Amino acid sequence: MKNDNTCVEPFVRISKRGVPIPVWKAMGIRALALLAALIICAIIIFAIVKLNPLKVYVAMFEGAFGTNKRMWVTIRDMMMLLCIALGLAPAFKMRFWNIGAEGQILLGGIASAFCMIHLSGYLSTLPMMLLMFVLSIVAGGIWGWIPGFFKAKWGTNETLFTLMMNYIAIQLTAYFVALWENPIGSNTVGVINARTKIGWFPELFGQAYALNVILVLTLTVIMFVYLRYSKQGYEVAVVGESQNTARYAAMNVPKVIMRTTFISGAICGIAGFLAVSGASHTISTSTAGGRGFTAIIVAWLAKFNPFVMILITALLVFLDKGAIEIASRYNLNNHVSNMLVGIILFFVMGSEFFIDYKVKFRGGKQKEVQA
Amino acid sequence: MTQLIALLQAGIMFGTVILYGSTGETLAEKSGNLNLGVPGIMYLGGIVGLMGVFFYEMNNPEPNKLVCILIAMASAFLAATLGGLIFSVLTITLRTNQIVTGLALTIFAGGFANFFGGSLNRLAGGVGQISVATTSSAFRASLPFAQDLPPVLGMLLGFGFMVYLAVAVALFVDWFINRTSIGLNLRAVGENPGTADAAGIKVILYKYLATCIGAGISGLGGLFYVMDYTKGTWDSDGGIERLGWLAVALVIFSGWKPKKGIWGAYLFGMLFWLFFYIPDLTRRSMELFKMLPYLVTIIVLVVVSMRRRRENEPPAGLGIPYFREER
Repeated sequence: MKNDNTCVEPFVRISKRGVPIPVWKAMGIRALALLAALIICAIIIFAIVKLNPLKVYVAMFEGAFGTNKRMWVTIRDMMMLLCIALGLAPAFKMRFWNIGAEGQILLGGIASAFCMIHLSGYLSTLPMMLLMFVLSIVAGGIWGWIPGFFKAKWGTNETLFTLMMNYIAIQLTAYFVALWENPIGSNTVGVINARTKIGWFPELFGQAYALNVILVLTLTVIMFVYLRYSKQGYEVAVVGESQNTARYAAMNVPKVIMRTTFISGAICGIAGFLAVSGASHTISTSTAGGRGFTAIIVAWLAKFNPFVMILITALLVFLDKGAIEIASRYNLNNHVSNMLVGIILFFVMGSEFFIDYKVKFRGGKQKEVQA
Repeated sequence: MTQLIALLQAGIMFGTVILYGSTGETLAEKSGNLNLGVPGIMYLGGIVGLMGVFFYEMNNPEPNKLVCILIAMASAFLAATLGGLIFSVLTITLRTNQIVTGLALTIFAGGFANFFGGSLNRLAGGVGQISVATTSSAFRASLPFAQDLPPVLGMLLGFGFMVYLAVAVALFVDWFINRTSIGLNLRAVGENPGTADAAGIKVILYKYLATCIGAGISGLGGLFYVMDYTKGTWDSDGGIERLGWLAVALVIFSGWKPKKGIWGAYLFGMLFWLFFYIPDLTRRSMELFKMLPYLVTIIVLVVVSMRRRRENEPPAGLGIPYFREER
């Protein structure tokens, strides 16, 4: 005979936490996950290069911050990734899966490169910068708006739509690279205006990348305020939680979707402007270089809080630069950085589960029942 | 005419890669798991299959072709299944967001594959790029009776065996989903896991198995790409990733029906290679022509969403994590 007492309890029981756990505990769980990920990464690095992992991490640190120049390059790349993540945040908060940041960056880049090539000599620095800024916003914004329009009107699957827009943007870039190639036959655009530096970000305080930092940090603050305190930011949040609620509250859902996707694409367009005018001074099909995908995870892990994004971009860019340094020191290729970033993402994403849910093992339960 | 057949051939080669990918992904999506890690999983299948035979060929001066094929397929399938397992643990057990997890898997596997693809040979003490000529030739060997057929038919039946295996797998999965009781259970899990759970179907088990086996099938697409399409070498320009995304698109294009995916895949392939067979294109217009498969995908997406036919809808529970206590 089987009765309730002999019934086998499940090995683990999982329940949602009624009360959220304190912040320090949540941070502790995340820190543990990160530590575990770094240990796994260290083991992998050790298996490949057979060196003391601690020394490898020191080498990574030198690679990212070792010299003044390296540090600024790291900061520049951080700003770029942060800018894309800022752009993606409103779209993802609205549960609009904008995987098309790559394409939107490229469009912004094409617009900037167009100005640098065709308008050099007609405009002085300030109007030129402003024009490039506006055009890259418009180009990226339209690229983001198109899938938003179809989503709003017919509910077209935006995940694949934005993804396909990436490849169309890549081919468009390839077309312009062929059009602008310099020298002819090289299949690259080369550094644009290398001598005149027209359309390049001007140096501020003696730093070539100071303007990037100012621009992106301003944007960070604006986005924080926009998402948290503005009416539009509130609409984004409501549409993301439940479109029915939004409709019930008399929000114009299609309008919110189209507006938000435009903003999202526009900021990614600015990232393209940063990449072309503020960093590489050239354009190629790899100008976005996969950062549009990494930025999604940055925005997601930060729960769309722009200031948390700064920390996460810092970590990811540090890993990236560090891994490239290791790769060049030990003669490996630098794809190793993506592998390490992936492992860290798995751990950090998985750790969120232990923040939201309570896990009870079989043994511990007995006591609770008796008590 | 010869041009047309050549285009068809190129289309079939290309289509086979994404057919594996989309068949596996359809299986996973039928269980309600939207696995955007398909490009990553194809990467894993491709590189680990390549690594498996690389070590076998390195240690055996005269490799047996059958063993080569077996090693390659087993290691590719296994590695891809492991990729699917990572995804399953994260999304099913730890309830992470499926889209973000899929992207993370693609980033990880892309890094893994391109890292080993680019430096495996050097790590093993060799020079130059990795290459497995014997295995690749075994994969590309045409069916034995193909030579005796008339030219046109012979060309269409002259592919390596994996081209036909892809069709067989697609037909089998189609039959399995629609004509078996386990398939019916699987569809129930994808449509409404709560109801399926109440009916006594082991939802979690179904989700795990469908996602992992689906990933294994997708991984074979990566293997075919490496062994057949690029002839046993590794190209690190992200070719697999592109095709992986097209495979995800093909799932929607086919309306979650692998049978329809077969001709869809070949159509995609022909659209992809069309630029090559149109005479007198400059390089610039060639780049514009290469947009075609992506443009067509978008048009299909829009048309499908406008028509809203019942049989073309995704599984109702797609992308939503299942938690018994949250009903």
